[in-house]
Amino acid sequence: MSLAKFPHFKRFIWSIYLIILGAVFIGAMGFPVSGASGQETSESIKGRLEIEDTEAQGPRKVFTPISGVRVTVSQDGREIGTATSDGSGEWSVGIPSRGTYQVRLHTDTLPTGITLTDAEKSELPNVLVDEGQSKTVRFNFGPGTRDTVSRLERISNLVLSGLRFGAIIAMCSVGLSLIYGVTGLVNFAHGELVTLGALVAYYLHTSAAGPQMSLLLAIVPTLIICGLFGASMEMGIWRPLRKRHTSLIALSLVSIGLGFVLRYIFAIVFGVEFRSYSDYSVQDPVDFGWVSIAPKNMLILIVSVMLLAAFGLFLMLTRTGVGIRAVASNRELASVSGINVEKVIMGVWILGTASTALGGIFLGISERLDWRMGLRLLLLMFAAIVLGGLGTAFGAMLGGFLIGLIVEVSTYWIDNEFKVVVGLAVLVLMLFVRPKGLLGYRERAA
Amino acid sequence: MDWIGITVAALRASVGPVAVAYALAGLGLNLQFGYAGLWNYGHVVAVAAGAYGAAIPLEAGATLMVGVLCGVAAALVVSLFLGVAALRLRLDYLAIATIAFGEIFRQVVRSNWAEPVTGGVFGIQQFARDFFDLNPISEGRYGWGDFSFDHRSLWLMIVGWTLIVIGVLAMYMLVHSPWGRTVRAIREDEQVARSLGKNVFFVRLQSFMIGSVFGAFAGVLLAFANNVNPDFYSLILTFWVYTALLIGGIGRVLGPVVGAVVFWFLFQWFDGFMQSSIAEGWYGNLLQTTDAGPFRFMLLGLILVLLVVLRPQGFFGDKDEALLDAS
Repeated sequence: MSLAKFPHFKRFIWSIYLIILGAVFIGAMGFPVSGASGQETSESIKGRLEIEDTEAQGPRKVFTPISGVRVTVSQDGREIGTATSDGSGEWSVGIPSRGTYQVRLHTDTLPTGITLTDAEKSELPNVLVDEGQSKTVRFNFGPGTRDTVSRLERISNLVLSGLRFGAIIAMCSVGLSLIYGVTGLVNFAHGELVTLGALVAYYLHTSAAGPQMSLLLAIVPTLIICGLFGASMEMGIWRPLRKRHTSLIALSLVSIGLGFVLRYIFAIVFGVEFRSYSDYSVQDPVDFGWVSIAPKNMLILIVSVMLLAAFGLFLMLTRTGVGIRAVASNRELASVSGINVEKVIMGVWILGTASTALGGIFLGISERLDWRMGLRLLLLMFAAIVLGGLGTAFGAMLGGFLIGLIVEVSTYWIDNEFKVVVGLAVLVLMLFVRPKGLLGYRERAA
Repeated sequence: MDWIGITVAALRASVGPVAVAYALAGLGLNLQFGYAGLWNYGHVVAVAAGAYGAAIPLEAGATLMVGVLCGVAAALVVSLFLGVAALRLRLDYLAIATIAFGEIFRQVVRSNWAEPVTGGVFGIQQFARDFFDLNPISEGRYGWGDFSFDHRSLWLMIVGWTLIVIGVLAMYMLVHSPWGRTVRAIREDEQVARSLGKNVFFVRLQSFMIGSVFGAFAGVLLAFANNVNPDFYSLILTFWVYTALLIGGIGRVLGPVVGAVVFWFLFQWFDGFMQSSIAEGWYGNLLQTTDAGPFRFMLLGLILVLLVVLRPQGFFGDKDEALLDAS
C-alpha cells in the first residue's frame, strides 16, 4: 500500500490539519464572520452612481457621487424594488433569490447637466445574480472621456503607476521564483501566500477582534507569522514529498489543491467582499508637476526598491545568499560542494513567504483586499518570473517591474480591460521566443 | 438531517448533464495528461472554444449540425495553434503557457470589445432551441421520487451518455492501437521513441488535438445545459477536471467517467451536508449558511491533495500508467 511507502504520512496529515485548524481558529477569534458584523447574507443588486471629475488630475480617477437618483429593479416586468442613491451615490435593492433581473435608472431623476454616456444603457436587461451574491452594476455618466490631461502627463503617470504595480509584483514573485529555483516546484498556491500576508495584517490592524495595532507595526508580526507558515508548509508537506521523490507534476497538483484549501478558508473566514485597511485607505495624490501620486504608493515604491536592492546584496555578498543562488542554479553541484541543500530550501521558503506577504500587504494598501487578490496576481507573477528567467531572484525583480510597467502603460493605447491580457501575452510570447527568460540560466538540470 | 434526501440529490448530480460534460472533458485530459504525459493546465480553452464555437453560429441562426461542427472546429484550431507553439517547451513551461493561454481566452471573450459576438460578461443565452426541438421525450419529470429529471435534462443525459460510450470505445481503440503505444512510449522516454524514428512533436500534437475534441464536446454539452457564461470557463474548471480525473484514475480508459460521477456525487453531497448541518447549528456561529459553498470547495481541494499524496493512480487507476507516482 502507498501508506507503507510514505513514512511521513502522519506528519503530512497533521500539518494539513494544523493549517486548517489554525486558520479556522483565527477565523473564529478574528474577523467578525459575515453574520456577526451585520453583513447582508442574502442576494442584492447594488451600485454607486458617480461621475468622473475630468478636471481632477492624477493617476487615479476622481469621482463625484450623484445622489437622489432613482433605480428600479424588476424581473419579467414585475417590480422587485426601488432605491434612491444616497449622499455617497450608493444604492442597493434586496432581491428574493438568484436569477436574472432588469435594472432601470430613472434618467428624469438625474441632476441637470449629468447624462448617461450611452443613453440606451439606462436599462440593463440581463443582470445575473448568483446565490448569495451581492451584484454590483454600473452606470456610466459624463460628457464622455474628454482628454483634459496632456499626453505627457498621462503617460508619465502611467509609468509611475506601472512602477508601483511592478514593485508589488516583484516583491511577490521573488519568492515564487526562488522556490522554483531550489526545489523545481511550480507553486500554484503562491497567490494564496500573497492573500495570507494581506489578511493577517488586516486581522492585526483593522479587524475589530484583533489587537488593532497600527498598520506599520502590524507588518512585523505578519511577516513572522507568514514566514513560520512557509516553514511549516516546507516541513510538513514539501520536504516529506521530496524525500519520497514525488514527481514535479504531482507536486504542482498538490500546490493546486493546497491553493484551493487556503483560498476557500479565506472565503469562509474573511468573507467574499472587498475590504480596505482602516489606515491609508484614502489619500489625496500629491502633485509633482508632470506626475502626481498618493504618498502611500510613493512609499511602497521606494520601500520595495530598497528592500529588493537589499535582498539582491544579500544574495550577492553573504554566504547564505551565495548558497541560495548555488542551489538554484544546480542543486547536485551545490550539494557536493558542501552546501546544506535542505537548510537552504528551508531558508528560501521562510524568506520567500515573508517577502510575498509583504508584497500582499503593499497590494492591500495600494488597492483593496479580498479572498482572491492573490489568485488574480498569480498569472502576472508567473509572467514576471518567466520574463525575467525562472528560478532566479534578479530575473523575478526585473520581470516584475517590466510586467507592471507593460500592464499599466499598455492602457495608454489599449482598453483597460485588456491590461492583464497584455501581461499574459508577454508571458506566452516569451515562452515561445526565449523560454529561459531575460536573465535565465542557459540550461537547467531537469 | 435528511440523509436520504442529500444522498439522492447527490446521486442525481452524479449522472446529470454537468457530470457528463466533466466525464467527456476528462476523457480528453486523460489522453493528453495520462497517456501522452502533457501538462495541460489549460484544458478549459478547449471546453470554452467548443462552447463558444457552437453558441455563436447557433445564435446567428445556423443549423444544429453546423453549430456543433463549428464548436469542434474552434477547439481544433485553438489547440493546433497552442500545440504548435507550446508543445516544444519543457513540461513545466508548457503548464504555465497553457494556463496563461486559458486566461487570455477567457478575458478576451468576456471583454466589451468582443461583446457583439460573444455577449461579453453576459454570455449567450437561449441558442439551443434546435437541440431541444429534437427532444423525443415529452414534457414532464421522469424517475423515482426525488431521483428524477425533467425532459430537458434527460435529453441532455441521453445524448451525453451516448457520447461517453462512443468516446470510451474510441479512446480504448486509440490507446490500444500502435499509435497509442507510441504516445505512451514518448511519455516514458522521448529519446527512445525518437531513436525509433517516431516524430515526437507530431504525435504529441495529435494527442493534444484529439484530447481537445473531447473537451469541445464537453463544452458544447455544457453550453446546451447551462447557456454560455465566460466566468464559468476560468482556470479553476481545468483543475476540477483534474480532480475528477485523479479520483477516477489516470491512464485508465474508464477513469475519467468514474471520476466525474464520483466527483459530482461528492460535490453535491458535501453541499447538501454542509447546508443542512449549518442550518441545524452544528457549528454554532462559526459557519454561516453562505459558508457552505466555500466549504465544499475546500473539502474537494483537500481531496485533491490527499489523492496525489496517498493514491496517485486514483481509486481505479493503473499503477504502471500513473506518471504521478514516485519516479
